[in-house]
Amino acid sequence: MTEEIIIAGFGGQGVLSMGKILAYSGIMQDQEVSWMPSYGPEMRGGTANVTVILSDDRISSPVLKKFDTAIILNQQSMDKFEADIKPGGTLLYDPNGITRHPEREDINIFKIPGAALAAEMGNPKTFNMIILGGFLNVKPIVKIENVKKGLEKSLPERHHKLIPLNIEAIQKGIDSVENVQVL
Amino acid sequence: MGDVRLMKGNEVIAEAAIRCGCDGYFGYPITPQSEIMETLMIRKPEDETGMVVLQAESEVAAINMVYGGASCGKKVMTSSSSPGISLKAEGITYLAGAELPALIVNIVRGGPGLGTIQPAQSDYFQAVKGGGHGDYKLIVLAPASVQEMNDFVDLGFELSFKYLNPAMILSDGVIGQMMEKVELSDYKPRWTDEEIEKISGSWATNGKKAGGERNISTSLDLDSAKQEVFNHKLQAKYRAMEENDVRFEKIACDDADYLFVAYGSSARICQKSVELAREKGIKVGLLRPITLFPYPTKQIQEMLGQVKGILSVEMSAGQMVEDVRLAVEGKVPVEHFGRYGGIIPTPEEVVEALEEKILGK
Repeated sequence: MTEEIIIAGFGGQGVLSMGKILAYSGIMQDQEVSWMPSYGPEMRGGTANVTVILSDDRISSPVLKKFDTAIILNQQSMDKFEADIKPGGTLLYDPNGITRHPEREDINIFKIPGAALAAEMGNPKTFNMIILGGFLNVKPIVKIENVKKGLEKSLPERHHKLIPLNIEAIQKGIDSVENVQVL
Repeated sequence: MGDVRLMKGNEVIAEAAIRCGCDGYFGYPITPQSEIMETLMIRKPEDETGMVVLQAESEVAAINMVYGGASCGKKVMTSSSSPGISLKAEGITYLAGAELPALIVNIVRGGPGLGTIQPAQSDYFQAVKGGGHGDYKLIVLAPASVQEMNDFVDLGFELSFKYLNPAMILSDGVIGQMMEKVELSDYKPRWTDEEIEKISGSWATNGKKAGGERNISTSLDLDSAKQEVFNHKLQAKYRAMEENDVRFEKIACDDADYLFVAYGSSARICQKSVELAREKGIKVGLLRPITLFPYPTKQIQEMLGQVKGILSVEMSAGQMVEDVRLAVEGKVPVEHFGRYGGIIPTPEEVVEALEEKILGK
């Protein structure tokens, strides 16, 4: 199994940390992982994206042009990455702020109202974990218990009290995915 | 399994330095390698192993602090990115000229000049052919994964003490900034004064011993005849490195009709290109130089009866391709493909370049 994922959105949405938790979860189930951010003179409000690969085998390129799954969290990223999903691949997006919805007919498309659900939970910081939950519904490539272990490993101990809230957000995401187009 | 973590390449350099018993790090911040010193500052190894971490007032100061530490037989290192390495070039040739062991890390960014902060491999010439003045060579290691960032710190020190010659880890923003799974090395204690005396007592400048001669650490000899003899000694050392310490990796080469030659992050990209090209029925393999000096010249030559063409892939305008051509001596076509100025090529682009430049499609 190899899953090549791009997560793209605004800086500040938790794109990079979501990728990190996903990668750590892969390590917890003995997979090879890579996490390659777009880095540069970027800041809150700018665009941010990260390529995450989980594989049972040695990972070749951490830099990719085509992805199995794109997790898209703003319009700029939709414009940039919709075309880069492999035929038969998967697009998961949050419709919040999206003015042009995806148009591809050869991919699976799912929606998750992450921003709305985070507001409902009263904590906008849970946004990225809701999205991660959505992804795990569509592609259950890592087990929840390994995500929990991944959170324990990647969060500093002083933040461990927040793990139950994060797991709750992931569960909310798992339960809130809407099929748009399933091949 | 040991201590397995998800870490950035830069962070791993710092962690590996602490764990391999490094005595001192002297640096000056520059993107995209600042995490090396940041990680060391956060880890405070002085409390743990006694390793000194110091932000110098400039790159020139940092490399001369390395010279000072190295003269005393200590395991010392510095790191920087391209423009900072240019500033250190004088100190690096002095280290080579004084036959001092030291580790220098270059997390390359696009140039020339201040250039960009994005990844590049355009410092190959500087690392492998000189950079500083005089007939000297560095031992140059090119990691292609975060795991190798860990492994090559210890290896770099080992080789630099074996040959009494500075070693360089030549990496770039891709490997420096990305996170991968890494199994960190076990802790090795720093050398004691007695161990340093045993290992380096014949040259280290740790004070004149009763009845003994003074050790002098210098790269200066105004007697040309002596300087030539010294240069012969250096050249013999470089030939010994070529004989004994070439490192490389071959991927999918057994049945290859064509060959990519690529190092570091380009080699990772080419691994994917090998998969993509083979899906199209093009039998291509990858030869990855791990040591850029000494270069795997013989290993490339061994492929010549088998492959019909070679594409050298680098994030530069074409530097390593010259060493591939020197190895091949015109026996098969050798072409270069590169993106540069901070642009990373995609695996697909590399396959297209292979088709266009080598297969002639």
